Amino acid sequence: MINGKSWKYGDNVNTDEIIPARYLNTTNEKELAAHCMEDIDPEFVNKAVEGDIIVAGDNFGCGSSREHAPISIKALGISCVIAKSFARIFFRNAINIGLPIFESEKAGIEISDGDNVKVDINSNIITNLTTNKEYSFTPFADEMKDIIKAGGLMEYIKVNYCSS
Amino acid sequence: MGMTITEKIIAAHSGHQEISAGQFVYADVDICLGNDITAPIAIEQFETLGVENVFNPDSIVLVPDHFTPNKDIKSAQNSKLLREFALKHQIKNYFEVGRVGIEHVLLPEQGIVVPGDLVIGADSHTCTYGAMGIFSTGVGSTDLAACYATGKVWLKVPETIKFIFNGKLNEWVSGKDLILHVIGNIGVDGARYKAMEFSGSVITDLSMDDRLAMCNMAIEAGAKNGIIEPDDCTENYVNGRAQREYKFYSSDADCEYHEIHEYDVSTLSPQVAIPNLPENVRPVEELSDIAIDQVVIGSCTNGRISDLRIAAQILKDKKIHPSIRLIVIPGTQAVYLEALKEGLIEVFIKAEGVVSTPTCGPCLGGHMGILAEGERALSTTNRNFAGRMGHPKSEVYLSNPAVAAASAITGKITHPEKIN
Repeated sequence: MINGKSWKYGDNVNTDEIIPARYLNTTNEKELAAHCMEDIDPEFVNKAVEGDIIVAGDNFGCGSSREHAPISIKALGISCVIAKSFARIFFRNAINIGLPIFESEKAGIEISDGDNVKVDINSNIITNLTTNKEYSFTPFADEMKDIIKAGGLMEYIKVNYCSS
Repeated sequence: MGMTITEKIIAAHSGHQEISAGQFVYADVDICLGNDITAPIAIEQFETLGVENVFNPDSIVLVPDHFTPNKDIKSAQNSKLLREFALKHQIKNYFEVGRVGIEHVLLPEQGIVVPGDLVIGADSHTCTYGAMGIFSTGVGSTDLAACYATGKVWLKVPETIKFIFNGKLNEWVSGKDLILHVIGNIGVDGARYKAMEFSGSVITDLSMDDRLAMCNMAIEAGAKNGIIEPDDCTENYVNGRAQREYKFYSSDADCEYHEIHEYDVSTLSPQVAIPNLPENVRPVEELSDIAIDQVVIGSCTNGRISDLRIAAQILKDKKIHPSIRLIVIPGTQAVYLEALKEGLIEVFIKAEGVVSTPTCGPCLGGHMGILAEGERALSTTNRNFAGRMGHPKSEVYLSNPAVAAASAITGKITHPEKIN
């Protein structure tokens, strides 16, 4: 069960804004987390607390393939990202590293900044506890569920390819 | 039901006779690419697997092109990680400074990627190689690590949108203008998760450099890949440089397209994308009062020899505007050397531009031309997100190399026809 406060952003949040290129000379998760969302919301790392949720519009994570973007979000302790839609490389990177993401057109529109939001992964339901509204999210393909269940692509590979 | 070229290549790499959009496959990868930003994470992830050897060292390509020659100590450490990994696993396609070029200019030029391949790269502009009839797509570092271990990638077969270009291109209008026009038309998520297949008489007449520039920016419409059916132009380009056997695929007449867009581009002007999204596209004529501080000619989009030729044609015997900084970046050492032989480098230096060693550098705000607060660049690169090239309050406009060269002379965004 995921439960946290919402931080709301618009359409086309790109990976340059999530983690600017000036910080791509490191792979250290803590360093990346310290600059999460810096070029769209410089105060984000100071105001967000562990368990909080990012909610956004269309095409979240567009642009560069940099995995540093979902890594910085996950390492900051953000519990999940809910968006109307995700850019495809960000989508697969999030699945691969085990950052929970949920695609929901209505939730992306209707959830406001500061709302208290709960996600029940087993029943596919997002609940806005502030407004008492419920939303469904696009279910994952079975093959993606296998990767998610394993905890990410590396864990999945370990079990399915590297165990011999 | 027939298959698209994209479906055929994925089918051939996943043991299927037939395949259709939406299907989930683990596909065999011919070439997997990483750079000095993305490969360090892939290498660290690979080393958590406890696997002794990579699946196939000959399929791995490592191109330290973003922050090289190393801009700082951390970047140097990352490059060192690539160098040592290449040595340990006998990866022959590691490109040291002096041989390195911008990855998506380098791999086609060297014949490392060939028609019919399935290519993944931990760089979003990996979609460039579709110009050669390749299925190639950008992925993340963890995908790359998995591919190092297994030789495979997970893929959902994309639906295809077909774009047909009819008519005849005006002077100064290039592949870059065609793709900017399309992105302006369908938006930055207009082809999200889809394949973009480019065709029509205009594409048939387009050079490989221009085709590469077009497919390069498919990601800017959110696409999984851009692709062009191989033809005589492809054969002429790959013949003599392909390092492996290649195969031409084409779409069946009865294949299914998600959408078909048809354009008559006979009246199309050079296109410019204004801040802060590549979809904010205007004809160059509408922007003639926009003053700029810096012009960049280069990148994986427009750093090829024909790009430098057209820029030099405009800049020959001219000086750039005193308020402009012009940075020219040949895409590879071979492009640099050719430009030197043809006298293009002399043109740029006499015009008072600077010429840099091949690097992605300023395109992503890495190094070699970062913008200060409030500054504005006109660039032949591919993204104009807020702060992409430096300070969060700096601006980037995108254009073809001819517009960039003309604008460097006047200090304002300028149609090349205005320069005599």
